[in-house]
Amino acid sequence: MTILETKKLEKHFDGVQAVDNLSIGIEKGEIAGIVGPNGSGKTTLINLLSGTLEIDAGAVIINGVQKFENINPWQISFYGITRTFQDVRLFEQMTVLDNILVVLTERNVFSSLFEKHKEYHLKKAEEVLQKVGLWKKKNQLAINLSYGQRKLLEIARTLAMDAEIYLFDEPFAGLFPEMVKIVSDVVKELKREGKTIILIEHNMELIRKLCDYLFVMDEGKLLAEGKPEKVLAKKEVIEAYLGK
Amino acid sequence: MEYLIHLAILFSIYAILGISLNLVVGYTGLLSITHAAFYGIGAYATAILLTQSGVGFLLSVILGIILAVLASFLIGAVLSKFDGDYYALGSFGFSVIVFSVFLNWQSLTRGPLGILGISKPELFGIDFSSNFAFLILSLLFLIAIYFVSKFIVNSSFGRVLKAIREDEKAIQVFGYNTLYFKLAVFVMSAAMAAVAGSLFASYITFIDTSTFTLMESIFILTIIILGGLANLHGSILGALFLILLPEILRFVGFPTDIAVQMRQVVYGLILILLMLYRPQGLIGEYKL
Repeated sequence: MTILETKKLEKHFDGVQAVDNLSIGIEKGEIAGIVGPNGSGKTTLINLLSGTLEIDAGAVIINGVQKFENINPWQISFYGITRTFQDVRLFEQMTVLDNILVVLTERNVFSSLFEKHKEYHLKKAEEVLQKVGLWKKKNQLAINLSYGQRKLLEIARTLAMDAEIYLFDEPFAGLFPEMVKIVSDVVKELKREGKTIILIEHNMELIRKLCDYLFVMDEGKLLAEGKPEKVLAKKEVIEAYLGK
Repeated sequence: MEYLIHLAILFSIYAILGISLNLVVGYTGLLSITHAAFYGIGAYATAILLTQSGVGFLLSVILGIILAVLASFLIGAVLSKFDGDYYALGSFGFSVIVFSVFLNWQSLTRGPLGILGISKPELFGIDFSSNFAFLILSLLFLIAIYFVSKFIVNSSFGRVLKAIREDEKAIQVFGYNTLYFKLAVFVMSAAMAAVAGSLFASYITFIDTSTFTLMESIFILTIIILGGLANLHGSILGALFLILLPEILRFVGFPTDIAVQMRQVVYGLILILLMLYRPQGLIGEYKL
């Protein structure tokens, strides 16, 4: 079943076509990789799917029925979508624990004002922080974490959302091997739980290991798609990465 | 002794203003310079009602709060669409507009002539006309506002405010329509500022527009930047320090009239030095 589909999606910035007539479909429960040279439109696509950028034309369809031509960022969680950012965006001057608890809070102003910090929230925060090995640092300010730990915290924050679709924008970039293993394990576990993951990544070894399906983008267009081994062997894909 | 009580009353009024502004600036990261407008709305509501109708002090405070809530709702609905520098500039614009209304709606506010003869408060049959009694009343209001603010910042709502301050776009993708949170805290803050205005009008017994200028908003901002952003105790400390500052200047040998003039220079210097060496203020938890 196709859980997320884009129909002729378009985005341009001052004449530069960042996403160009892009139509792709992602199956439920699979890990879909998106690769492409820098500037190929991968992060723009994630920003369009998560409402952080306005769509110029085209539409996004969730679960085959829920269609949006534009969406506000705060509405994506209603569609079961969550994301990380290419440049890590944490709540820097808040503790590691609060970075998780805040996304568990009631979304309504009045309810959040009178909400008790339920045992469930603390349990959930502990569970996701244990998963990425940050529970012991729960009282540290996020700003004091190392780069790798910051990436892990951002991933833990998405796990707390219990979403259906996870958009991970270069989650392995700049990580030590030990941390790469933690993130790989998280991604594999999400797949086991039946979640759908869209993964932007430059490390082809990880792409081969993790992804069920692969999309290659170049200059905002879809260059190729299919099983990773086959797609990565295509001449046009090699040329897009290495040049002719 | 009377003078010390006078200073303590002013301290409690400015501590209320500092605490309430800290909710918006320190906790939510929105640089608002329109606080004096809501302080003025509370003051004018009490002044007009106490001098022109038979309404009692408590009802005048409540009506002041309602007016400030309405005004802040309208202003906040526009401001909440902005962030960063745009928010500050927008709040500057509204500050000028509200001041112009105070100045030019002469049939209501008497403009620069001000409103004289505002009566001292009486609550539940208790007379608060002596300075000592008024001090008790203003401290009670300060304590109430401190605990309400503490409840707000320690709630889950308060945590979302801090997340907005840290990265509004990031918290939005987790399902929070930040506009409502920004608007709600702005309205709460304005309601508290109105209480300070009512106390001020009833204590001084005379108000005019000169108290509610942009400079007053900047003075309140200085209180919280000095004491500490995102720290309620910081607002209290900042108010204490800045109310006592003219006395400190006199103590170090400045003549009274020069000490008063020097105040503005020292406020400016304090802001510059804090930005250079301690941007989080004395006991603040957040750097601008």
